Amino acid sequence: MNDMASTIIITIGIAFNLLGCLGLIRFPDVYNRLQSATKCVTLGTCSILLGVFIHYGFVDVGVKALIAIPLLFFAATVGAHALVRGSYIAGIKLGKKSVKDDYKEAEK
Amino acid sequence: MLEILLYIQIGLCAFCLYRIIRGPTVADRMVGIDIFGVLVVGICAIMAITTDRMFLLDIGIAWVILSFIGTLTLAKYLSGKKLNE
Repeated sequence: MNDMASTIIITIGIAFNLLGCLGLIRFPDVYNRLQSATKCVTLGTCSILLGVFIHYGFVDVGVKALIAIPLLFFAATVGAHALVRGSYIAGIKLGKKSVKDDYKEAEK
Repeated sequence: MLEILLYIQIGLCAFCLYRIIRGPTVADRMVGIDIFGVLVVGICAIMAITTDRMFLLDIGIAWVILSFIGTLTLAKYLSGKKLNE
């Protein structure tokens, strides 16, 4: 029973990872790529760790997987925010199809 | 079943490598490296089940922290500041 549930949850996580990596390939500029890849891959990897926790239950390995979930969540989101702010300051242009730049208006 | 999922997860790293090699700007390469680190944590978590070795999750947790520090350092470098500001 636990094997079945954990396999299903890990499969869902890998589907999210696949969609995120597809966005990493296909999107036009760095901001779109960062948005797609960070959200989907973080959610997918948190789902994989949740599947490991369900597979093992409340033993040492399961609790380690449960600890890794908030650690990964906060590290990935804070890292992505720093990355997009740094690349904006470095002057990397938006893609050709982008129509609105809220950060430039907020800077004034 | 889990072995197939493990191979799919390892294959996803090729997408990140494509973005690291072909990225037009340096920020694209940094995004690829960041996502690569998160994918490796997933590989460690699945291998902890398939090989039944417990220490692989410790490697995953350490990898999260090191990847976080590396991303922050690269972002600081990209925004043109010194590391002690």
